[in-house]
Amino acid sequence: MSTLKIKNRLAKDKLMLWGICLFAALTAVPLLAILGEVLFRGYDQLSWSFFTEPTPTAYKAMKAIEAGQPIPGGIANGIIGTMIMLGMAVVFAVPTGILCGAYLAENPKNRFAQVVSYLTDLLQGTPSVIIGIITYIWVVVPMKGYSAIAGSVALFIMMLPLIIRSTEETLKILPASLKEAGLALGANKARVMLKVQLPAAFGGIFTGVLLAISRVIGETAPLMFTALGCSLIRFAIDKPISAVPLLIWEFFNDPNLQDLIWGASLFLLLFVLTLNLTAKYLAKKWNQ
Amino acid sequence: MEPVKPILEFKKTCVSYTKQTMAVKYVSAAIERNTITAIMGPSGCGKSTLLRAVNLMHNLYPNIHVGGEILLNGEDILTMEPIEVRRRVGMVFQRPAPFPTMSIYDNVLSGFALNGIRLSKAEKDATVERCLKSVALWDEVKDVLNKKGTFLSGGQQQRLCIARALAMKPDVLLMDEPTSALDPIATKHIEELLLELQKEVTILIVTHNMGQAMRISSKSMFMYLGELVEYGDTETMFSNPIDERTKAYLTGKMG
Amino acid sequence: MNDKIYKVILFIAALIMPIVCGGVVYALVTDAYDAFEHFGFFKFLTSSDWSYTEGAEQYGALPFITGTLMTTLLALVFCIPFSLPVALFVGEYFKGTKVAAVLSTVTDLLAGIPSIIYGLWGFYTLRPIIMALNISEQGSGVLTASLVLAIMIIPYAASLSAEFIKMVPNDLKEGAYSLGATRAEVVRKVIFPVAGSGIFSSYVLAIGRALGETMTVTMLIGNTNNIPNSITSTGNSMASIIANQFGEADDLRLSSLIAIGLILFLITAIINMVGKIMIKRARIS
Repeated sequence: MSTLKIKNRLAKDKLMLWGICLFAALTAVPLLAILGEVLFRGYDQLSWSFFTEPTPTAYKAMKAIEAGQPIPGGIANGIIGTMIMLGMAVVFAVPTGILCGAYLAENPKNRFAQVVSYLTDLLQGTPSVIIGIITYIWVVVPMKGYSAIAGSVALFIMMLPLIIRSTEETLKILPASLKEAGLALGANKARVMLKVQLPAAFGGIFTGVLLAISRVIGETAPLMFTALGCSLIRFAIDKPISAVPLLIWEFFNDPNLQDLIWGASLFLLLFVLTLNLTAKYLAKKWNQ
Repeated sequence: MEPVKPILEFKKTCVSYTKQTMAVKYVSAAIERNTITAIMGPSGCGKSTLLRAVNLMHNLYPNIHVGGEILLNGEDILTMEPIEVRRRVGMVFQRPAPFPTMSIYDNVLSGFALNGIRLSKAEKDATVERCLKSVALWDEVKDVLNKKGTFLSGGQQQRLCIARALAMKPDVLLMDEPTSALDPIATKHIEELLLELQKEVTILIVTHNMGQAMRISSKSMFMYLGELVEYGDTETMFSNPIDERTKAYLTGKMG
Repeated sequence: MNDKIYKVILFIAALIMPIVCGGVVYALVTDAYDAFEHFGFFKFLTSSDWSYTEGAEQYGALPFITGTLMTTLLALVFCIPFSLPVALFVGEYFKGTKVAAVLSTVTDLLAGIPSIIYGLWGFYTLRPIIMALNISEQGSGVLTASLVLAIMIIPYAASLSAEFIKMVPNDLKEGAYSLGATRAEVVRKVIFPVAGSGIFSSYVLAIGRALGETMTVTMLIGNTNNIPNSITSTGNSMASIIANQFGEADDLRLSSLIAIGLILFLITAIINMVGKIMIKRARIS
């Protein structure tokens, strides 16, 4: 083979290496750009009152802008709404998800379990906007109104498959000897699950729950049709309520409130990414 | 009489995985053309590592370093382009691994395809026939050349891998325990094949099977803890080993 | 608690999946029924009218199906040149190294960013760029939405492909190297063919993600109820028309929107199922 041809091939090889490095590095650009933009435009809005006061009315905001002052108020209504809905969703989704995941892990070959497993995939892949429609039909229509309950049902449905999967997978990778040792000591299956398997799987399940929270906390579309939004700080669960992503959507659509977009986005983004990194870190730590 | 110029020569060859420890320590040996040389030793003695160094396999793993020289026809391969060296030095691995996405026909020609060498249909047919015949696989597979190589038995797969290496007409064929994953009958086939093949290619074979070394090799190396302890005619080494360690190994008191 | 009660409790918990999923299908079908009955199933799919003038209401899903397919396919096209290098970087070239871990974290974080924030970034950063480059006048449209969508699906396609690239046996790679191949040649002629079905299936799942993506598309596609006639024109996807109009719709329009939701649900369900089955097969072989 001629040296020219070898040189040619080696050049191609190098080109491929550098191309891969270049394009791989380029994928970091959007992350940095998004983080940078949100940080840069949002950081000066973060203040104490931003977290303690509810959203101003458009009129108030307009007045402030006309007077050349920063828009008063904050996103407290959204933070509280998000916490209430998320809290309710977690309280129901975690036990249900763990039990259902345990069922899948205990009966891997069972026909019904396989169906459940398929449906879990199906629900996980269902677009969130459809979860919104469904919750609207199931909860908002019968209750004759938007409410925090409806919002939390939507979040519950979205979290459920994620928790089921992480529970199932964590339980499945536990050494079989663990369960057998428990059973050999004469404990029944429920005790072994409760006292041996679940504690051993705690790390994986906890990570799964964190990831599930970080996945749904930024969801907007399903909350638009269920929680609707509200400019007051509210604790009632049968009334419309706000949420941080809903506020961002509101600010995006209201020219008077646009200055609040970035503070709210920064808060949401930092929260989500911190949850994400924490989950990843914990998963790594517990795996060792 | 002038000594025969060796085809392959190790000169103080060292291989290290970490800075502190060497897997192969200052091995020097000359391999003659058209011989079969067996490299023996207990597991972990560095025999595979030495063999893989001849094919510059260590270049794939950044933490492995090779020192000294390895001369192929008098040229130090450590300073040459790996892709050029590997074309002239074939290698057969422990587990037969034909490319699962290619047919038997394409597997034999995979070296050309991988190197981007275009052959005419006639050249291809001739190469496939020649190589499969020289590994005694032709009669068994000539009607199923378009089937995937992975459908063959283990022994057939390994012969296919040898054919694949031979297609590139290498000067030296390296074999890393090529029969350890095969049954005795397939092993016997391969051994017979190697005795035939030494007419066209110089073979360096790592084996943990002393019987195999005795049956096929004319020269033997014995390695222990990375050192080349003894190197000489196979018959002499087996009947009259010089070093105590060689003796211990050959009599089964070691490894 | 004895084993029997324990089993029953787990079984009851597992029943929630069939109940929820059955409920989803039931609710979508019953509430979409009006629209299908009024316009006819095929007419609804193929009509491109969307007008809510009282008395002359006409609803058809074609513009939105087209919009969804266009944004999704375009996003896939934009995604591949980045996700494939990332997968090779993490799964082959720098497998197991610190840089690969950093890149994995970067893509994980990309996957974690809420879609409404992607939408904001697309609207306030990308859209002005598109306008400045004179690609389209209003900046919004199929192209803008697809670009951001592409970034959003890179992590999914890349991490799954990397998994399959990692699984290519070392034996095969060393075999190819021993025949004198360069790394690029090994990638092209050994890794891609062997990991091909797995890589393909990861893109199928990425498509599944892109199809239903709502907020980003809603904020960027321009929200016009026409069939987009080029990649720079505006339109609506199935998800974005729902997000835009669900709150204000009632009666026949609401039913039509739910019908669009049902179609979207079915398409994503099929794509996801195909993807999962392909992945299972690729893992076994």
